[in-house]
Amino acid sequence: MADEPISAWDDGPLRAYGRDLIPRVLAGLVRRGEQFDAAEDALQEALLEALRVWPEHPPNDPRAWLTTVATRRLVDARRSEAARHRREEEAEAEPRVDGPASSEEVGDDTLFLLFRCCHPALAPASQVALTLRAVGGLTTREIADAFYVPEATMAQRISRAKRTVRGRRLDQPGDLAVVLRVLYLVYTAGHAGRVDLAREAIRLGRQLTLATEEPEARGLLALMLLNHARLPARVDAEGRLVTLDQQDRGLWNRREIAEGVRVLQSALAWQTEARPPGRYQVEAAIAALHDDAASAEETDWPQILSWYDDLVALTDDPVRDDPAAVLGRAVALGHVDGAAAGLRESDRLRDVLGERHRWHAVRGHLHELGGDLPAAAAAYAEAARRATTVAERDHLVRQAARARAQSARA
Amino acid sequence: MPKYLLLKHYSGGPEPHHPFPPLDQWDPADVEAHFAFLREVRALLQENGEYVDSQALAPAQTWVRYGGPDAAPVTTDGPLPETNDLVAGWYLVDVESRERALEIAAHISSEPGPGGGPLHEWIDVREVLSGRSSSED
Repeated sequence: MADEPISAWDDGPLRAYGRDLIPRVLAGLVRRGEQFDAAEDALQEALLEALRVWPEHPPNDPRAWLTTVATRRLVDARRSEAARHRREEEAEAEPRVDGPASSEEVGDDTLFLLFRCCHPALAPASQVALTLRAVGGLTTREIADAFYVPEATMAQRISRAKRTVRGRRLDQPGDLAVVLRVLYLVYTAGHAGRVDLAREAIRLGRQLTLATEEPEARGLLALMLLNHARLPARVDAEGRLVTLDQQDRGLWNRREIAEGVRVLQSALAWQTEARPPGRYQVEAAIAALHDDAASAEETDWPQILSWYDDLVALTDDPVRDDPAAVLGRAVALGHVDGAAAGLRESDRLRDVLGERHRWHAVRGHLHELGGDLPAAAAAYAEAARRATTVAERDHLVRQAARARAQSARA
Repeated sequence: MPKYLLLKHYSGGPEPHHPFPPLDQWDPADVEAHFAFLREVRALLQENGEYVDSQALAPAQTWVRYGGPDAAPVTTDGPLPETNDLVAGWYLVDVESRERALEIAAHISSEPGPGGGPLHEWIDVREVLSGRSSSED
């Protein structure tokens, strides 16, 4: 198969066009029953043709044009494939041109393609890679770059993923929860490399909210927007992490906050007694409350705590199933009922999170809140030893050194 | 041009030039100076066209070996952590000569320590055999 089916569009003037078109045309082909990788190859050839033809003869309907040309290529490919098979006297007939591969209830092409890329048979890393390739329209090179792996490794991961989903019918409605998780993974994978994956996840999240009424899809989009709004303040000019309480709130993106709040409200409007808001909506509500505070001191911690109460209530055993929620609640509790209460709450997580840097960092924060600087310094140092990124480690080393110096002066 | 791996260690190696506490126990200003120096080293190597890669490693170490058919991998945390030869990170540089690699290593070792003076940390310099390794395609 062509290694880089979408590469023709990388820098071309048609790229903006293509980023939205490619997934839709591809989804149309795959839904019709074409194999994923064959459809991608055919589409790539159609795109090359478009680059040649369109400048002189712009099509009325680019999507229909691409679909027609790609289909022609698929038919050609099948003919030569069939001829080869006859020659080799293969027993199995290769092409499968029977009816639609999906059920009717899958509404939109984007959604269909997302379900396919987030197939439960794929590992999360492959779901992410395939989503970025097929739905996001990123090149293998760009994706490899974002995850700091060699391009050949990412190409292999993507083609293995394609092989895995090839021929598998998507005969039940896909699991939207998996799609949401994959998009959130893309978001949290962050801003490495030349491509801003967070922005990409937001773009895909927007498409998803057009394709489904599910309030959690809007909850996720709201959460991403409300967190992304703080991004300009998260790192200073020297590349140092800046924690929420220290950020210059003037740098926050008010437009994204406004949009996030609007999207969240439209999601929350769907809630009923029987159907309380899901986790992304709750997390978005917490993010909105942080974004809403003019200064760290004005943060509405009691409100945040009450949303965390809702969040931990979503699982039967939050300590095991959602320790991150319990940890966030411990911070809120520390601000509402005092550091000791927060530390007691975080104690419950010792067995589950005791080897994770975030647990120790939260303990450091709570000790500092309670005025115990030596304990805070020790906790930050423990956190630094367990950090998983250089930026986090350096930040925690600084926190430890600062707390130690302050306690020496006190 | 030969490539050299310049390894920094958490522990192990020759007798330290002088003892120093872990970074999180330094004065905050000294911590900043140290981080700034590391950024400068990287920028300098990039500017010279000598930089290939640099990575930092978490201190937790696990040794693993094959446990036999149908058995889980056998793991151990390793020998005494204080005396263990524990790699903290590296620079991979592509340089004119071994002399240049040693020069860069010595420069890295001059990184500011507590109080601002050079740390004199030992840097482990290893030449990378040229040619692709069998694990690459």
